[in-house]
Amino acid sequence: MSNIVKVGMADLKICSSPDGLTTLGLGSCVGIALRDPITKVGGLAHIMLPDSSLVTHGTLNKAKFADTGIDELIRQMVAKGAVKERLKAKIAGGAMMFQIQGKNDLMQVGERNVEATKKKLQQLRIPILANDTGKNYGRTVIFYPESGDFVIKAVGKGENII
Amino acid sequence: MSDFSLDNVSNTYMDVLREIGNIGAGNAMTALSLMLQCRVDMRVPQVRLLDFSEVCSMMGGEEQIMIGVFLGVEGDITGSIMFLIEVNSAKHLISKIMMGMAGAEGDEFNEMELSAMREVGNIISGAYLNSLSMLTNLKIYPSPPSLTVDMAGAILSVPAIEFGILGDKLLLIQSQFYDEVEMNGYFMLVPDLESYSTILNSLGVVLS
Repeated sequence: MSNIVKVGMADLKICSSPDGLTTLGLGSCVGIALRDPITKVGGLAHIMLPDSSLVTHGTLNKAKFADTGIDELIRQMVAKGAVKERLKAKIAGGAMMFQIQGKNDLMQVGERNVEATKKKLQQLRIPILANDTGKNYGRTVIFYPESGDFVIKAVGKGENII
Repeated sequence: MSDFSLDNVSNTYMDVLREIGNIGAGNAMTALSLMLQCRVDMRVPQVRLLDFSEVCSMMGGEEQIMIGVFLGVEGDITGSIMFLIEVNSAKHLISKIMMGMAGAEGDEFNEMELSAMREVGNIISGAYLNSLSMLTNLKIYPSPPSLTVDMAGAILSVPAIEFGILGDKLLLIQSQFYDEVEMNGYFMLVPDLESYSTILNSLGVVLS
């Protein structure tokens, strides 16, 4: 009997086949799915911001940021038997939810989240097998480490598997 | 980067926001009543600092379809303002504005309905900003409104990310307003970091 584990905002979780991982309502946030295709260990992070250096006070929630979130996800997956060199990624989200005239940094945060995610994965030499990012709508994702399927659902757009 | 943290926000700031929320909501209901040509009343707005997950639960979950209207804010302060409303409440308001003209089926909205809703969001947000401007004596100019119909979680990610730099909670003003039908509207003022102190200073609030 397999479970679907829910990942909240600024959160990350790992699981093994046959379980799956889901996060709901990705807007400008990015959902990062990692998988070791041999051991079928998988992880999903729901990150909000590109860079942990933006926060200079308080305790750091690693899952909030692309850089620290990916590091922590890998650390947990390796502890569960994943091999870092075998990891593959799929990403979704980073939408621009509202069009606004004139320049507004907040409006570009989705794009910046996607860029930071890609940059971090590239640094770690983790290939991105598929991505469904940008545009102007929210997404719900479900990730299955058994098959590597990344199911993307959006309002009015049905279901898509990448 | 300032040391301002929303999690430590003082009671005074919350009281100030309640005050603005009250006056702003009052102005908004007057404006809405004029627009709809019928009386719209509201309960005392609740101002709360909440976790993202709590806000989503209040709206019916991260996947609950909501209408979100967003306005950028410029002038003496910069930032943004967002108004969210449930689909049923929106349909009810729109039907009054459209005065019998047909709308789209079910939870869908046609162009005219979206346009009407954008205007409602504009009026309501404008009323709040007016009250903020009057209380603070600051010049505050909203941008034209932008609207989306999407999952609550996705819409809320926008203010959550902005608040996320400061802490892990959202400052939410919830307005229940009603004519024959009870409607729920949610409201968030999201000043840019630098603008927090501008707002508080202008109100004579000293941060501890």
